[in-house]
Amino acid sequence: MIRWAAAFVVVAALAGPVWAVSDPGEMLANPVLERRAEAIGEQLRCLVCQNESVEQSDADLARDLRRIIRQRVVAGQSNQQIIAWMTARYGDFIRLRPPLEARTLALWGAPVIALGVGGAVVLLARRRRPSAPPPLSAAERQRLMQLLD
Amino acid sequence: MTPELGHFALALAVAIAAAQAVLPLMGAHNRDARMMAAAPALAVGHLIALATSFGCLVWSGVVDDFSVFNVAENSSSTEPLVYRITGTWGNHEGSILLWCLILACCGCAVAAFGRNLPSSLRARVIGVLGFTSAGFLLYALTVSNPFLRVWPPPMDGQNINPLLQDPGLAIHPPVLYAGYVGFAIPFAFAIAALLEGRVDAAWGRWVRPWALGAWCLLTGGIALGSWWAYYELGWGGFWFWDPVENASLLPWLAGTALLHSAIVVEKREALKTWTVLLAIGTFSLSLCGTFMVRSGILNSVHSFASAPTRGVFILVLLAIVIGGSLLLFAMRAPVLAASGIFAPVSREGALVLNNVLLCSICAVVLTGTTYPLIAALLFNAALSVGPPYFHLTVVPLLVPLFAAMSVGPTLPWKRADLLPALLRLWWAAALAALVGIAVEAGLGRAFAAGGFAAAAWLITGAFAELVERVRLFRVPLAVTRARAAAQPLSVWGAAVAHAGMGITVAGIAGMSLATSTIVSVAPGSTVRLGGYEWTLLGLHDAPGPDYTARVADLRVTRDGRQVAMFHPSRRAFTQQQQTVSDTAIETNLVRDLYAVMGDERNGQVVLRLHVNYLAPWIWLGALVMAAGGGLSLADRRLRVGAPARRSAATVPA
Amino acid sequence: MDAITRRRLLMLTPLAFAAAAGGGFWGLLMRMQEGSYDPHSLPSMLVGKPLPAFSLPGQPPSEGFSNLDVIAQGRPTLVNFFASWCIPCIEEAPTLMQLKDDGVAIWGIAYKDKADATAAFLQQHGNPYVRVARDEPGRVAIDFGLYGVPETYVVDRRGMVRLRWAGGVSDAVARGTIAPLLKSLAR
Repeated sequence: MIRWAAAFVVVAALAGPVWAVSDPGEMLANPVLERRAEAIGEQLRCLVCQNESVEQSDADLARDLRRIIRQRVVAGQSNQQIIAWMTARYGDFIRLRPPLEARTLALWGAPVIALGVGGAVVLLARRRRPSAPPPLSAAERQRLMQLLD
Repeated sequence: MTPELGHFALALAVAIAAAQAVLPLMGAHNRDARMMAAAPALAVGHLIALATSFGCLVWSGVVDDFSVFNVAENSSSTEPLVYRITGTWGNHEGSILLWCLILACCGCAVAAFGRNLPSSLRARVIGVLGFTSAGFLLYALTVSNPFLRVWPPPMDGQNINPLLQDPGLAIHPPVLYAGYVGFAIPFAFAIAALLEGRVDAAWGRWVRPWALGAWCLLTGGIALGSWWAYYELGWGGFWFWDPVENASLLPWLAGTALLHSAIVVEKREALKTWTVLLAIGTFSLSLCGTFMVRSGILNSVHSFASAPTRGVFILVLLAIVIGGSLLLFAMRAPVLAASGIFAPVSREGALVLNNVLLCSICAVVLTGTTYPLIAALLFNAALSVGPPYFHLTVVPLLVPLFAAMSVGPTLPWKRADLLPALLRLWWAAALAALVGIAVEAGLGRAFAAGGFAAAAWLITGAFAELVERVRLFRVPLAVTRARAAAQPLSVWGAAVAHAGMGITVAGIAGMSLATSTIVSVAPGSTVRLGGYEWTLLGLHDAPGPDYTARVADLRVTRDGRQVAMFHPSRRAFTQQQQTVSDTAIETNLVRDLYAVMGDERNGQVVLRLHVNYLAPWIWLGALVMAAGGGLSLADRRLRVGAPARRSAATVPA
Repeated sequence: MDAITRRRLLMLTPLAFAAAAGGGFWGLLMRMQEGSYDPHSLPSMLVGKPLPAFSLPGQPPSEGFSNLDVIAQGRPTLVNFFASWCIPCIEEAPTLMQLKDDGVAIWGIAYKDKADATAAFLQQHGNPYVRVARDEPGRVAIDFGLYGVPETYVVDRRGMVRLRWAGGVSDAVARGTIAPLLKSLAR
């Protein structure tokens, strides 16, 4: 489940490649590793231009962080380890995808909670309203046709 | 002199708006025909005063009157005339004035086009609009005054942010604000109905055109904003789920739910409470969104330089408007008589599902946008919520919504059988499955496959109701054609609008397949990308009115044939000491060629090149959606009791 | 309770939500005004933790230093990241000189700066630092969690970071925040 979700995140993050105009020399030679590095970068917030991801931003700090990500990807570290390294220095703020923990339960649970509340409202409303009469049976329908003729 | 005139006109507008608030509402309460009849005149007077005030502000910008602090801060003499005019609303004070101006236009629109409304309802609607206007005008006059002077006047203005000197900026705010503020009219209708104590089919029919009009404008405004970010900011994306973007999406979601809910009130007199609440909620979200971003408590790229003290005034104003209307709702809504009964599986049922899903998406986006604030307040933590969160939470809710979008309109009212309805759509489902499988097999990209399948389902399913109604392939073609011509425009409108959504989804799916590269090249070299050859022909300088630009000449060819010749550039603005990249985009409406210029080093220049497949469809789809809304608006049935003059086309503000 | 009143209570939920939201909005506005809330600022992850391990070359004529050197002093210290290209650094220079005159030990790290530019900066605006090191690649700064210059870290005698001040240290901040903290740490 988690792996599927992680793959979804990677795929969702790739729903539109967005990069800064920086040094083409930054990019890794291996395209698979480069894509992985980009996916990680797109999950981190640039702290200077705070409304871009590290991958998109032109800021110096973003460039440094991109370089660090690529070094660590080449060194074989996992996505989790790299993001943990970043979080250890900059806190949860750098994560564009908030961690799933006790204090973000309401956040991640929002879709389910919203649907639940919506469903509850609908059910409550239906219970209040007198229900529609049941559909006619075949015999009743025949009788109705007779009466109407 | 002109600023003084503007200032005076603003104060006058406050007074007239206050009168517009009090007199008609009192008149409706006491059934005083004369006071109620004063409403339209007051609305017109209000508009004239405010238009004068706004005109004076624009004039001050045009003639470079730097003694006006607002002009000195945001304009400059080297700025082209167009941007001096449009820069009026590129800053906080000017944009508030624009907001108020549009609100005044709303009052006038109701006065002009609402002659068929019962006088008490019309008086109440205009009164509520006046009340809201008076509040914001008071804000503009006291805490956020655009006519403040600076003495001695500086020699030149400080020039607006070079990023904002763009034709997109000229139209994006007015269209967007027209959408935001346009929902004040359904809001006023809701309050008027609650005051009156009655919501009926006629009310539903009156509210819908105004909600539709505002929705069309808001759709346009959001699309313009997204398109502007795409071609101006140059990061190759079009939506970052930034708080200010979400602030425009929230009323759009609630407004879409309102539109659909109002249909049920009109046709079946059911869902009254929900519709009234949505009408209040949509405008409340408009208000909250705009002002939350301006107050500075949100971390957003769209920050105006605002002070927390202004935030307090706005908060009090919002508390009165939103709190007051929700209190009225709590008191009066329970006595609204519900009538229409319907089975869970029916068109009403589908619209209820639509409501629940849209409101859930709205709730999720609201939660994500405000969670950093909640975390700061409750846990003293610095959290941030970005695109990955929204993709993971909104997309799963979109799946049932898209499924229902094509099925719902084919269901009959009151009671329906689900299985026959689903079977009738077999062709849409088959096409969607085919497309999805083809894309997955051919390209291996799951997101794009899902997206294209959804788009196929939406576009073909959009016309399902029409196909049913004209009995396509089941009766002779001539009969079909006659039936098609006889269909009310709102049926065509709905089909076109739903198809438009499908086009946008296709655009987003196509964008996910985009290829790009960053290269460092010298003039004369060629790069291969996306099946095209991109050749850098040369670099040269080009001066502009307040900048100097370095321009790259790029030629794109395919199989030897020239496809495009375009010129990304970097502009260095002398006064602001800022360098901005000017993205070059070459579109053939099916794919975009996108180029951004970076630094130059040792005779080589860094270029980022993209081939964005189907990107134009994202915004074309939004245009089609708005066109569908427009078609629905043109439906004769919506102009109930319209004056006998044939030429009257009821398109609200 | 009759049906209508029960429905009224139910219908009050949107208002309750709105009121809670309004209250929250108000709370944040108040905090923004008093300065305890800034949506753009980051809390430092180092506060309450030891200095990260680092070792940097010196800005001539000063020797370089490592985190151990700072701890070896055995007294509360300021570690200040600065750069010659940074305007708030120029603005805070007099305040830092004043702190130095008051006997505070400040160790400086030049962030992403060329040696001659840093030398010129120190020449022009004064050198308040016990030692000046150079972090030209900027990697040590990342270990500190730096996201802009200038930044000042208050370190106690055992090498634990007690405070991070992002942005220029004004006289008001020096007097009201940093000096009292240093005094409490010295006891």
